[in-house]
Amino acid sequence: MVKAKTPLYREFTKGLWRENPILRMVLGTCPTLAVTTTAINGISMGLAVLFTLVMSSLIISLVRKQIPNEVRIATFIVIIATFVTVADRTIAAFWPAVSKSLGPFVPLIVVNCIVLARQEAFASKNPVGRSVLDALGMSVGFTLVLLILASIREIIGSGTWFGMQIMPPTYTSWMVMVLPPGAFLMLGMLIAFSNWLNAKLEK
Amino acid sequence: MEEKIQKVPAGESQMPKVAPAKTSESPSKPEKRAFILSSSPHIQAEEDVAKIMRAVVYALLPTAVFGIYFFGWRALVMMLVGIAAAVLTEALLNLVQKKPQTISDGSAVVTGLLLVLTLPPSLPYWMIIVGAFVAIFIGKQLFGGLGYNIFNPALLGRAFLQASFPIPMTTWTMPRTIDAITTATPLGSFKFEKTLTPYLNLFMGNVGGCVGETSALAIIIGGLFLLYKKYADWRIPVSYLTTVAIFGSLFWLINPAKYPDPIFHLFSGGLMLGAFFMATDMVTTPVTPKGSWIFGIGAGIILVIIRLFGGLPEGVMYSILLMNAFTPLINRYTRPKFFGEAKHV
Repeated sequence: MVKAKTPLYREFTKGLWRENPILRMVLGTCPTLAVTTTAINGISMGLAVLFTLVMSSLIISLVRKQIPNEVRIATFIVIIATFVTVADRTIAAFWPAVSKSLGPFVPLIVVNCIVLARQEAFASKNPVGRSVLDALGMSVGFTLVLLILASIREIIGSGTWFGMQIMPPTYTSWMVMVLPPGAFLMLGMLIAFSNWLNAKLEK
Repeated sequence: MEEKIQKVPAGESQMPKVAPAKTSESPSKPEKRAFILSSSPHIQAEEDVAKIMRAVVYALLPTAVFGIYFFGWRALVMMLVGIAAAVLTEALLNLVQKKPQTISDGSAVVTGLLLVLTLPPSLPYWMIIVGAFVAIFIGKQLFGGLGYNIFNPALLGRAFLQASFPIPMTTWTMPRTIDAITTATPLGSFKFEKTLTPYLNLFMGNVGGCVGETSALAIIIGGLFLLYKKYADWRIPVSYLTTVAIFGSLFWLINPAKYPDPIFHLFSGGLMLGAFFMATDMVTTPVTPKGSWIFGIGAGIILVIIRLFGGLPEGVMYSILLMNAFTPLINRYTRPKFFGEAKHV
C-alpha cells in the first residue's frame, strides 16, 4: 500500500508518461487499434474512457472498505458498467454520428483492461483523492496517445484531420493506414519511438 | 564474425570472458601448437552471401530483359528506382542504427529488383520508393537485418503497396504498346469475364501483368540456373507447382466450365516467379527437406483456394507470406533427430 509518500501530483503525471497505459503497459489495445481511424473517433473514445474511469475510481475508492474481497471483481464490473451505460447513452443521444462510427467499442469499455486494472491495482487500495488523480492521469495519457495515433492514421490514410482536408488535393491516400495493418504498424512505431525517447531521457 | 572466432587461439576460445589470461606470454604462443582447436564450422565453402545474391541477380536477368521488352524502358527505370531505393534505405538505416554497413552483400539489390518485378508496369515511381522503403525497413532491418526476417521483404513491400494503393496496384497495361492501353491480367479476365488466354502468350509473357511475372519462359530459364547452382531448394518449386497442378486439376475435373485447367494455373499470374524466386528465399523458408515439401504443398493449397474462391484473382503473394509465417513452426516439427536421441512423446 502506498502511504502518503509519493507526492500527489505524481499520481496524476505517472499516467502521462512513466506508466502510460498504452505505451508502457500496452493495455486496452483493442479500442486503441480499432477506433483510431479518425482523430474525432480517437478523442471521443478517450473522453468516454476518461469519464468512466474517473467516475468508477471515485465510487470504488469510496466503498473500497465495504467490498468483500471474494466478489470484488464482480462489484467493480457492475460499477464500471453503470458508468459505461451512462457514457454510451449520452454519446448516442447528443452525438449520434460519433456513436455510430465507434460502434460496439463504447459498450466494450466495460471490459477495458485499463479501467479494471486501475480499480484492482489502485482505487481499491487508495483514498479517494489519490484514486481520482490516478484515474485522471491514466485516462488523459490514454486519450493523448489515442489522439496522436488517430491523427497520424487519419492524416496519412485519408489526408484529413478532424475531417478537414489538410493534404493537397493531389495527395493519394495510403489506404493501409485506415485498415487494421496500419493500426498495428503505427502502434508498434509509437511504442518503439517512446522507448527510444525514454532511453534518451534516462541517460 | 566467424573468421574472428577461428582466429582466436584454442585456450582462449574455451575460456569464459571474465577469466583473465593466466600469463602474459599466452597470446604469443599458440602458433607453435601442433593442434589448433576452434569451434565449427571447420570447412568453409567458397559461397558467401554476396556471391549467392549476385547469382540471384543473374538468374533474374532474363526475366528483367523480357519485362523491359514487353513493357518498355519505363520498366528499366522502375527497376533502377527500386534497387536504388532499397539500397539507399538499407544504407541509411545502418547509419542511423550505427550498425556495420551491409549493402555490399547485395541482398538489398535483390529485394529491390524482386519488388519491382512484382509491380504493375504503370505504377508511379514514388510508390515504388515507398514499397522498397517498407520492404527494407519493416520487412528486414526492424527484425535485425538479413537472416532474421520472418517474411520475404520484397513480398512484404508489395503487400503494403497492395493494401495502401489498391487501384494503381491493379491497373495493368498491354505489353508492347506505346501509350499504355489498360487491360486485364489473364487471371483477372478469367475470374471476372471467363475468357481464357492462349497458352503460347502465357508462356512467352505477351499478356498483361506485373513487370516480371508474365513470361514463364524467362523465369524458368533463371530458375533452372538457380537450381543448378543449388542456391535454391528444388523441393519447394517442385512441390509448390505440383500441388497447384494437382489441386487445380481436381476442381477442373469437377467442373471444367467454372474452374481453369492446370496449365492455365501454372503459367498465369505470378506463380512461376513466386515458386522459383520468392518461395525459395533461404531466410524465410524451412531449412529441412521435409519442411520444404510441407512449405510448397501448403503454399500451393492456399494459392488455389485464393484463386478459385477468394475475392482477388491472384494469391501467390499471400500464399507465400502465409507460409513464411508458418516457417518457424515447420522447422521446429521437422527437426531431424540426433543420433541416438530418444523418441519424444
